[in-house]
Amino acid sequence: MRFVVLLAVLAVASMDNALAQVDSLGFPRTVQAGSAFSVQFEGNGQGTLYIVGPGQVLKRDVRLGETTYFSASSLCNAGHYLAVLSAGSSSSKGEFDVLPASKPADVSFLAKPSRLPVGLRNGITGAVYVFDGYHNLIASPMPVQFELANPSGGTQTRSTVTRYGAAWTEFDSTPQQGVDKFLARIGDITSSRIVRQVPGDPCGLKMSATQAGEKLHLVTEPVRDCSGNSVPDGTIVTFTQTYRGAQSTVDVPLKRGIAEVEMPSHAGATISVASGVVLGNQIQWER
Amino acid sequence: MNKGGLLAAFLMAATIAFVIIGTVWPGPAAVAYAGGGGLVGSSSTPEGAATNLGNEIRSRDWDKAYAGLANKAQFTEQEFIHDLTGYYPSLRSNATLDNFEVFPLHSDNSEAQVRMKLFWSTVVGTSVSTRDLRIVRSGDHWAPEWPIVKEAVVPPQVIPVNYLRWDVVYRGPGDDWGVQDVEEPHVRIIDMNPVERADGVVILGEILNEDVVPAYVSVAATLLSKSQATIATEGSFDKISHLLLPKQVTPFFILFPDASLSDVGSVRMTPFSTLIPASADPVIEVDNENLNPAPDASLTGQLINQSGRPVSVAHVLGTFYNKSGQVVWVADEYVDRALLPQTPVPFNIHIPEDLAKNISSQRTVVASYSFGGSI
Repeated sequence: MRFVVLLAVLAVASMDNALAQVDSLGFPRTVQAGSAFSVQFEGNGQGTLYIVGPGQVLKRDVRLGETTYFSASSLCNAGHYLAVLSAGSSSSKGEFDVLPASKPADVSFLAKPSRLPVGLRNGITGAVYVFDGYHNLIASPMPVQFELANPSGGTQTRSTVTRYGAAWTEFDSTPQQGVDKFLARIGDITSSRIVRQVPGDPCGLKMSATQAGEKLHLVTEPVRDCSGNSVPDGTIVTFTQTYRGAQSTVDVPLKRGIAEVEMPSHAGATISVASGVVLGNQIQWER
Repeated sequence: MNKGGLLAAFLMAATIAFVIIGTVWPGPAAVAYAGGGGLVGSSSTPEGAATNLGNEIRSRDWDKAYAGLANKAQFTEQEFIHDLTGYYPSLRSNATLDNFEVFPLHSDNSEAQVRMKLFWSTVVGTSVSTRDLRIVRSGDHWAPEWPIVKEAVVPPQVIPVNYLRWDVVYRGPGDDWGVQDVEEPHVRIIDMNPVERADGVVILGEILNEDVVPAYVSVAATLLSKSQATIATEGSFDKISHLLLPKQVTPFFILFPDASLSDVGSVRMTPFSTLIPASADPVIEVDNENLNPAPDASLTGQLINQSGRPVSVAHVLGTFYNKSGQVVWVADEYVDRALLPQTPVPFNIHIPEDLAKNISSQRTVVASYSFGGSI
């Protein structure tokens, strides 16, 4: 007797479970995007089936009482779908969800910034969004690996897991300038970006002065940042000469790593050099 | 008929009457500007002779203006025209003489000295130049001598220029979402000071390009009331050097007409920058800068083009600081003459008299433009 009751309970439970897996029209509760599936509609005769979902509408003539097959790629967009079956004067409707495929096929990788100064803490950020083969965001957790590799071979690595389809990380910029490769890897899918690390503000800016005919020739030493990287050509260096209350100024771009200029030569003049908000040395010209 | 109708009828009748009077008996100036003859008055006085010359220059009647000069044997008509319109393409090339004023300085029976102030209309506003003319008596009339300024001759030479230029390639329309674009330049406002003036509130400051690429910059400011409501938003327009090379600093000047500082609770500053193709040349030296005290407070100096190519337009921007290094004023001047290589060209930036006493230092930057080239 106990055995019979147990069997009856199991049968009812399995029926509930089966009912929970399909809607009233017979559609499964969930369908994986792009996969084939079939539905058997109750009754007999002809009917017309309408399926309405995100960015997609299907109309299909169906035979009631027989199995209707939906081939792969019939429903590609993930989301909530409404199905309406019209047969004669009656109609019935059902609902189901199309879920993203579980295997990632594409990753969108946003890396910011593409150019930043060296030695910046958490200066580089990377974010990934994981998509299936039909560009549906895969919301289930997935392991992601980020790599930042500099030209000298050093690599920083971070591992994380996507949450609601996205994951992000931060890296410090390195002390050396150069073009770094920023990589995001999910399974066998990778996406890479380029991050250019550029020198910071000039450091220890120093110039020297020599007499050049009637003029004064001013030239800086090779201009470097505090990590020893050469400041790029085109960076403006300002030479300022003050003599008896009058001032002369020249904004000179760095060329081949140095800035040089000729200014009027006045004995007793004070000459200073600066770049942006960084001050360099000062010379009292006495010749 | 009501009062409004009466007034309208009166205004219409008066307008018709004035049109008829102006057509039948036009003034000499109207005849001249309508192309119906010259605006030449009597040359029986030194001022009259100078006025005639001014009118001929204004109507660009070069032949007549040159023919009337007492010292025309010293230069050709072309040199005279070039002295007025520029030898090389510059702001003056397309300028017209809007107005002029003549001030007598000295006079006797045989010669006189007058000062002619010429107001040129250029694309960036009025440019004023002053010439002192000697007027000599010639029989029963007076004839002006034009103080010709011949363009400096640049000696033949080779000026080596290591051409340095940035070009920008942006992402294309077919690129996938997520593919990076070139990063916009990083700029920073390094100084900001609101000042109340008679014509409104002025936001003064400086902005630095702290990146390694050239930037096109502008600055917008929003005045907020004490309850954080927006009063007005304005942007920097002309008193700024919009092109900033790496580590270069420009002042900016934003005017809020008719605003009052007492109504302002805070100011929201919004710097804007974008990448721009640019050249690192020309290099312009600002020489002999002098702060001249009131009256006629000004910043004077000379620009020297250290590159080998003439600069068509030079925009000189002066930033003025008080003793504690705070920006207290920003002023500018467009030089309406081309800058030839190694040839000094003077500039004179006016400083408001009431501010002059607070100014203890200054910084000058020059933005330049060459016709046929890029900024």
